[in-house]
Amino acid sequence: MEISRAENRIYSDKELDRIEGQVIEELRQSSQEAIPDPDKWLDEEIEKNIFLTTVDAIINWGQRSSLWTAICFPACCAFEFIAANGPRFDLSRFGMEILRASPRQADLMITAGTLTWKMAPNVRRIYNQMAEPKWVIAMGACAISGGIFASSYSVVPGYNRVIPVDVYVPGCPPRPEALIYGIQMLQQKIAKKSLARKG
Amino acid sequence: MALRTEPFVLNMGPVHPSTHGVFRMRATLDGEVVLDIEPVFGYLHRGVEKLAEQRTYTGFIPLTDRMDYLASMSNNLGYCLAVEKLAGVKIPERGEYLRVIMAELQRLASHLVAVGAFLNDCGAYFTPFLYMFREREKIVDLFEMVSGQRLTYNYMRIGGVSQDIPEEFLPAMDKFLATMPGFIDEIDRLLKENEILLARAKGVGVLSSENAIACGVSGPVLRSTGIKWDIRKADPYSIYDRFDFEIPTGEAGDCYDRYRVRVEEMRQSLHILNQARKDIPEGPVRADVSHLVRPPAGEVYGRIEAPKGELGFYLVSDNSIAPYRCHVRPPSLINLTPLREMVRGWKVQDLIIIFGSIDITMGEVDR
Amino acid sequence: MTVALSGKEIARQLEEKFPGSTVQTDESSALVQDKSLLQTADFLKNSPELGLNYLNFVTAVDYFDYFEVVYRISSLEHNHWFTLKTRVYDREDPVLPSVVGIWKGADFQEREIYDLMGIKFENHPNMKRIFLWDGFPGHPLRKDYL
Repeated sequence: MEISRAENRIYSDKELDRIEGQVIEELRQSSQEAIPDPDKWLDEEIEKNIFLTTVDAIINWGQRSSLWTAICFPACCAFEFIAANGPRFDLSRFGMEILRASPRQADLMITAGTLTWKMAPNVRRIYNQMAEPKWVIAMGACAISGGIFASSYSVVPGYNRVIPVDVYVPGCPPRPEALIYGIQMLQQKIAKKSLARKG
Repeated sequence: MALRTEPFVLNMGPVHPSTHGVFRMRATLDGEVVLDIEPVFGYLHRGVEKLAEQRTYTGFIPLTDRMDYLASMSNNLGYCLAVEKLAGVKIPERGEYLRVIMAELQRLASHLVAVGAFLNDCGAYFTPFLYMFREREKIVDLFEMVSGQRLTYNYMRIGGVSQDIPEEFLPAMDKFLATMPGFIDEIDRLLKENEILLARAKGVGVLSSENAIACGVSGPVLRSTGIKWDIRKADPYSIYDRFDFEIPTGEAGDCYDRYRVRVEEMRQSLHILNQARKDIPEGPVRADVSHLVRPPAGEVYGRIEAPKGELGFYLVSDNSIAPYRCHVRPPSLINLTPLREMVRGWKVQDLIIIFGSIDITMGEVDR
Repeated sequence: MTVALSGKEIARQLEEKFPGSTVQTDESSALVQDKSLLQTADFLKNSPELGLNYLNFVTAVDYFDYFEVVYRISSLEHNHWFTLKTRVYDREDPVLPSVVGIWKGADFQEREIYDLMGIKFENHPNMKRIFLWDGFPGHPLRKDYL
């Protein structure tokens, strides 16, 4: 039986693979340490020296009540996120019903699944494509620290090697109620930020 | 003036708006017609086979959960069957019945997601998907009663299951079994003769039976081409030879037949569940096997009929507490082999449907 | 029940046709030399009473002195199965003939063996890495990979 040969292509897939491999190796060498979490919001109870003006309050209310998620669904946690969007645990009561395919229209990235080094440049690119202000929730054990696969040769030990993370939701996979609690924590964090202060 | 066209390459990247996971295709298109695709995967390769050599036999069971995460009970069952074949363990009756009940409930849950995602790709954006999820939540509630988890159960053990069912499980399952046939009839009424589904899926992405056998395809994709091959009947494992059920097959091997085969398999699963429910005996649920089981040296291949196809585990043991080599035969990866021939000549939107109708899970393709 | 074909019986048929190809047999498997792999595979697939045309899986195991590549083949009509094995003794640059021309399903699986174990298959239409990226150092599933 005839097997179609790979050389009939109009592009050189070996060249594309080689470039992709170079990008991955560069990212791997440069991500040896975790990116520190963006401002430790638990301490903000103490820093009350900046007033939350009415303008700030209205903008923060708008932003936290209509978070639109970018799609980043590698693995099993994706199905708990979809169940959270489903009819039983309804995420659209929190304003999050839209699941936009394009990251340029999103402001929240929920990372649901194990990150491998091969996928890491793509996640970094999606994060860069999102417009400010943007937040990241690391969902599940694999996103926090590599989880059950942490000692494997191709798994990134936690998303905070490649992107800065705001809220960590533990579980394997976390229940939809746990995810909703994590989203509410993020909403409290957004409520406390101010136009005068970046973050 | 002559019109000149030339083909171009479109990258349908690892992140895309469907629920099939991180799968990348470099498609060579001539206008909208697909000439060739090159599938690229590995974006979820976690090295499960290497991790198996560093864990004990029982300690590998949670890792099997996470391979095909939509059918965790089936993965557990396949692995435990392989180890039991190697170690020569006999399972008590109640354990066998519980295993069959969990496996068939899992087949229902997995096919619900498969059908929902297929209709999502056809364009009925999210409505049938959420209908299927509503029913799936009932099954997931049953599993949560038994194992405490909603997605990756870690319920089966070598020698049986890990714990007995609570009292409220069987009445809840009876309630579910009473309403589920009505739900399947409802979706059949809405979708079986639906003109849009027929126009989009009938005759699209045909797989011939010779090609299917040559590529080693298994599961509903093989049965939709007309070949009546089901491991539960041809090579029965556990106690499947005591139950009476049929094997639905298709004729044409197109997307519509794959969808029909899955819906009919859901009905047959309900039939098996009703029979198993009547005959559950009392007794222990797990044989007296140590958690650090040491099978004798040798090799074995144990396989089951998972919802996606033939899931097999090839184990080589050297009489120590960890496997020497554990290879997983992934049905999703092997079902992807004829994808290139199936899509040639169709348009881009048909490519999405054909890919969706094979029903893969990236956790199993990449392991 | 799917019946296992007897190793001795198949080895006898293989020795009749291709003398010197079989090295040893087990209960339901036969170990052949790598240079007679293609002829034995062809015979097993096309002989009418065996008809082993469905490839269940192909995988490789690393025993420290050699790599053993295992093919499990079966026939859906006759409902029997058999295991074919072959060994490669070279650890630096192991090469085997590819069976993609006989069983098309070996396509992705042989690429996986190359990716994770390092065994190259000749005449494979697309011999390159499948799970790991281009430039990954080494072959992870080998026993001497840390």
